[in-house]
Amino acid sequence: MADVRILTGNEAAALGVKLCRPNVVAAYPITPQSQLAEILSRYVEGGEMRAEYVRVEGEHSALTVCISASTVGARTFTATSSNGLLYMHEQLHWAAGSRLPVVMCVVNRGVGAPWSIFNDQQDSLAQRDTGWIQLYCRDNQEIIDTIIQAYWIAESLYIPVMVCYDGFVLSHTMMPVDIPDAEEVRGFLPPYKAHTLLTPEAPRTINSVLFPWRRLNPEGVLCDGYMEMRYKLQAAMTRAHGVIRKANDDFAGVFGRDHGGLVWKYRCEDAELVFSGMGSIANEATVAADLLREEGIPAGVAGVRTYRPFPREEAAEALRGAKALVVLQKGLSYGYEGCLTSDLKAALYGTPLLIPVVDVVAGLGGRDVKAREIAGAGRDAWKDLQAGKLENRSLWLNCYTGEDHAG
Amino acid sequence: MQDNLFKINETEYILPGSRACQGCGLTLAYRHMLKALRENTVLTIPASCLCVLHGLYPITPVTVPCLNTTFASTAASASGIAAGLRALNKTDITVVAMAGDGSTYDMGIQALSGAAERTTDFIYVCYDNEGYMNTGTQRSSATPMGAITTTTPILTKEHSKKDFVRIMEAHDLPYLATTSPAYPIDLYEKFVKAKRIKGTRYMHIYSPCPPGWMFPAKDTVRMGQLAVETGIVVLFEIEDGKFRFTGRSKTMAERGKKQPIINYVGKQGRFRKMSIEQLNRLQAWVDSRWNDYLRKAEG
Amino acid sequence: MDEKSVKRDLNVSALCVPAKGEAGRTGDWRDFRPVIDHKKCIPSSKNKAACFLCWLYCPEGVVKMSIPVEIDMDYCKGCGICAEECPPNAIRMVREGENDG
Repeated sequence: MADVRILTGNEAAALGVKLCRPNVVAAYPITPQSQLAEILSRYVEGGEMRAEYVRVEGEHSALTVCISASTVGARTFTATSSNGLLYMHEQLHWAAGSRLPVVMCVVNRGVGAPWSIFNDQQDSLAQRDTGWIQLYCRDNQEIIDTIIQAYWIAESLYIPVMVCYDGFVLSHTMMPVDIPDAEEVRGFLPPYKAHTLLTPEAPRTINSVLFPWRRLNPEGVLCDGYMEMRYKLQAAMTRAHGVIRKANDDFAGVFGRDHGGLVWKYRCEDAELVFSGMGSIANEATVAADLLREEGIPAGVAGVRTYRPFPREEAAEALRGAKALVVLQKGLSYGYEGCLTSDLKAALYGTPLLIPVVDVVAGLGGRDVKAREIAGAGRDAWKDLQAGKLENRSLWLNCYTGEDHAG
Repeated sequence: MQDNLFKINETEYILPGSRACQGCGLTLAYRHMLKALRENTVLTIPASCLCVLHGLYPITPVTVPCLNTTFASTAASASGIAAGLRALNKTDITVVAMAGDGSTYDMGIQALSGAAERTTDFIYVCYDNEGYMNTGTQRSSATPMGAITTTTPILTKEHSKKDFVRIMEAHDLPYLATTSPAYPIDLYEKFVKAKRIKGTRYMHIYSPCPPGWMFPAKDTVRMGQLAVETGIVVLFEIEDGKFRFTGRSKTMAERGKKQPIINYVGKQGRFRKMSIEQLNRLQAWVDSRWNDYLRKAEG
Repeated sequence: MDEKSVKRDLNVSALCVPAKGEAGRTGDWRDFRPVIDHKKCIPSSKNKAACFLCWLYCPEGVVKMSIPVEIDMDYCKGCGICAEECPPNAIRMVREGENDG
């Protein structure tokens, strides 16, 4: 018996967290995450959710609380946006290096300076090197489902997972969401078992300094230098592809919804002009693809759901019929190009696919991105492709970029 | 093993061969602190001299569990441990955050104030060696006025030592105490008492540092005693708002005698450029605070 | 080193196990070592538990509260606090390489 409710993204996220039954929640309010933190505190104070809720004095502390609580064996949760995520940046590295299965929702919002309270993905994109798994949600249904999968993934691999969803566009927009059954979630998600427990029963000092070189311990084991320990994180990230796929498929088996695993495809089988993106903008691109199809342009969308670890093979596979790639992203690596653009180009490097790539920066600071604008960018690319003059290029969608704006 | 003269737990929780300096005041204090707290304790520490004392992977000399964390986050790390243990119904374990003055007075003040305001059930220990000693004796806000440090090498520190203990007093804690490794029994007893109390407990340890303060390692205990004899360091506890001198400071308060600070300051190389004006200002501050405490003790 | 014969570190995060000598044999740090004159040492000379301030004040905990008092010379760093604090001055700091006498 389906339990479908009309919920905002934040409400869906809160329900997802409640279903996963964390032991410790720590959060600091920031727009547009605040409602998520508020709903969780209502659950805890009202007795609907049994967790220790630590009303920390800052985001750096929020993630710190999750790290140390996780080390004593607790399942943990936090959420933030924008500058809050930037403030806890140091702890992102710490959580990943500690190999702790913290799950965090990032309600994507543009970063200062100057201030924006509106949506873009610069906040989470800027964290792509930290060693966290990053999953991007297309809609509110995906939010609640991905949170549940996130704990499954995190606790299998001992890698923290970031569940990203667009601020306001999803967090504050109401959509129908089918709520998974609590008992079924309990069956899907086994209890958390820490790889190392901070306990007087087996005293250890955890996360001390490591030498550059390896070192024998008193039992004759050759213990890691810093580089080996870090290699283990990368190796686990590589194994993560399979684990994320399995989480997706097993979830689909129990709950009947398949979100595509690493890369989801929309009309890609015979597409020659392919859009790619993450989150709600990629969803919008499916509408644009339909518009273009009506004009006879064979368009499709390869949506990146898992940004880290980057799905190199799945992305190349999704693009195998493409003659042109238009990458939409709400963030970039200043001084170079859109983050997803670089990663997709690198995925194609070494394959026979030598196609032109259009790097589109869109929607920064919450600028609305309409399907017809995306279709316009696609149409232009297709025209140039037909005329044999489509080359790699960058464009800022619906943004004034005149000569007098050279900085 | 002979009769336990000092009535101190004889178990050693720091195995020999640690990386701490010869004559380290922190090591002496930590040794007795762990004796007081015993096995059922979990610690969290930032990057610090203590972190180095705790050893480099894969060996630690300390037989009590300890979680390393980043410099700003010691008290938040303890908050997470306390919350996690509470959520898992393991509330008999003593949670301790222990950080130096740098990581308490400066970068860590936010997390500590937050944790204290939330009445987190833990003991926060600040070992105050009056500088960022682990990174090479740079100045912190805990460094006294007139001291040479590697970041105040020529003009000496121009600002007064931040009165951090007063900041913690303002948090209305169930228990707050100052201690010194030069008076190990006083330190031990205060930690035994702190262990029994619930809520946020703040313990301040004045740790003489031979390399940072520029005195010979053999004089660590002597230096700590002089700090108390001159009133630079006052040994006291505040329990449920009630102020009480303890140990040597109590004796001094009763007898009304205090040595001039020159007896302390004059023995440390870090003060060799201190001006007469700075010395007088420091003496005036020590006298004024001593009188404040005398008034507080009367209630 | 023959990588195949080595026992592997399976920890996914850095866990340190308690053991002596983390910084090696710290007795090697010494320039001076403590030498106890047991005729002056109070517990030794009286053959009963007394004083033991050397035990109390040793930062490293390498003084054994025994009769006679013993110091673990493998790990004593030679700081000299025991000598400084000993009430009957029963401890002398002697330069390493020189005779105790």
